[in-house]
Amino acid sequence: MTMLDVRNVTKRFGSLVAVNDVSMQVAPGELRAIIGPNGAGKTTFFNMISGFFAPTAGDIVFDGTIVTRMAVAERVAMGMARTFQITEIFPELTVRENVRIGVESALGLRLRFWLSARDKAAVNRGIDEALTHTGLTGKADRLVGELSHGDQRAAEIATALTLKPRLLLLDEPTAGMGEHETYAVANLIRRLHRNSAYTIVLIEHDMRVVFNLADKITVLGEGKLLAEGTPAEISNSPIVQEAYLGKAE
Amino acid sequence: MSVTTTALPIRNTPARPWLTAIIVWALLLTVPIWLPMLGGYTALAGRVLVLGLAAMSFNLLLGFTGVMSFGHAAYFGLGAYGAGLTLKYLTASTPLAMLGGIALGGLAGTLFGLLIVKRRGVYFAMVTVAFGQIAFYVAYSWDSLTGGYDGLRGFSRAPIDLGFTSIDIVNNDKIFYYFLLFVFAIATALQGLLLASPFGRTLLAIRENERRARFLGIPIERHIWLSFSISCCFTALAGSLYALLNNFADPMGLHYSLSGEIVIMTVMGGMRAFWGPLVGAAVFVVVQDYISSMTVNWMSFVGLIFVLVVLFFPRGILGMLQRGSVK
Repeated sequence: MTMLDVRNVTKRFGSLVAVNDVSMQVAPGELRAIIGPNGAGKTTFFNMISGFFAPTAGDIVFDGTIVTRMAVAERVAMGMARTFQITEIFPELTVRENVRIGVESALGLRLRFWLSARDKAAVNRGIDEALTHTGLTGKADRLVGELSHGDQRAAEIATALTLKPRLLLLDEPTAGMGEHETYAVANLIRRLHRNSAYTIVLIEHDMRVVFNLADKITVLGEGKLLAEGTPAEISNSPIVQEAYLGKAE
Repeated sequence: MSVTTTALPIRNTPARPWLTAIIVWALLLTVPIWLPMLGGYTALAGRVLVLGLAAMSFNLLLGFTGVMSFGHAAYFGLGAYGAGLTLKYLTASTPLAMLGGIALGGLAGTLFGLLIVKRRGVYFAMVTVAFGQIAFYVAYSWDSLTGGYDGLRGFSRAPIDLGFTSIDIVNNDKIFYYFLLFVFAIATALQGLLLASPFGRTLLAIRENERRARFLGIPIERHIWLSFSISCCFTALAGSLYALLNNFADPMGLHYSLSGEIVIMTVMGGMRAFWGPLVGAAVFVVVQDYISSMTVNWMSFVGLIFVLVVLFFPRGILGMLQRGSVK
């Protein structure tokens, strides 16, 4: 049983092969980290899974359905949500409004011009749930643009959680953060994984975060799959050490 | 998770959100009392209402969806022709003339919108200009139907027949002004409800961050198309009121210079404020009226005011006033 099955995907941009024949299987409830040096094709790989663009070859199967060429909105409706390397939020709206847009979209109320009392209650429940999950309840009425980097990231994750995703894709969730913020975001991801059993795939540069959180690690290098295994296996792998540290002369 | 230590409550909206609406309505309802004292005439206020409605309708797209159109005069002008043609050839009914205008302008916008929603930014704006010019040249050339360069004449607004009584909006300027205000009130109330609805929030989401909105499962193109169509319908309604106001429709109502004026009114008044475009339209119409009696170069004064507002009050006149009142 796999939640996400990536089958031999390749992506070419002109003559550049950004991702070359990479496969990956993620089980339900698993937390998978994708690592690799800069230019390894991690984000390209991620963009194909989330539907930003389609692969040149290969297939992506999500929960038994081939989604390779499906539009983003359809994948979202199937339960796929993502965050971005550079936080993508609605900066001029409050945390609550950010989350509300996600909840209303997930409940299929996007085209409504008014809401019944019952719909309103459901929306408010969804908002409170996402805020509680991410610890943002106390900051609900602040503009997201005015929050700290770490809280903005938490708000982005809260918004993604409103979609009740069966697969959560996080592109470098701790990028550009200090020690304290990195710790807080890593803790949030751990809670989502351990306590709420979310299936999560993340790209991450901070090795402490990766080795502390991940069930399994996929290593990419120059667009190719270099290694896959548990954190213990990966940390002892000579191929991985070579890719990161260069060949021992 | 608690990364920052304190959570200061920060206000997103002006301190008194209803204050602007109350002031706007108090002024609009009492126009026939105070405008003559200032040397104005009621038809001038009618122009403000009509162009203000056009600019507010345009702002659904620019200010609240974040999409720029430089061809909104097309839907305004088609609304005017739709109303004029209905009155001249079909029936002497003012409400049906308005419906005719909305149908013509709204339908054109809805169909054209389908073709262009995949374009963004400058490309979107350029094709809207192109469509506007197509509509202009059709009206200009189709002499037998539209009267060509001279415009469509030979129709007149009809009294409103309520069955038990009829309202004379034909000869009584004040009653006609209140008729315009009544239509304006319904249209702006609908716009306000629209923006406060879940659908309205998806438009804000698209304006704020299209990528985030897409990855929340919002079908961006469909929502921009809907926003464009709704904006065009309201703009066409404003155009049909313009035809009723002047008993006349001409190709200049479709011309891209009017599209530009709608943009100027909106930005000058404040595109992030609901009533901003109305304020912009009021300034525009008043400056036009007073200065054009002194010099034919009145547009250079409008241009100067526009430049000053954009340089010193980027949130527009109303945006500045609202911000000032919060302090």
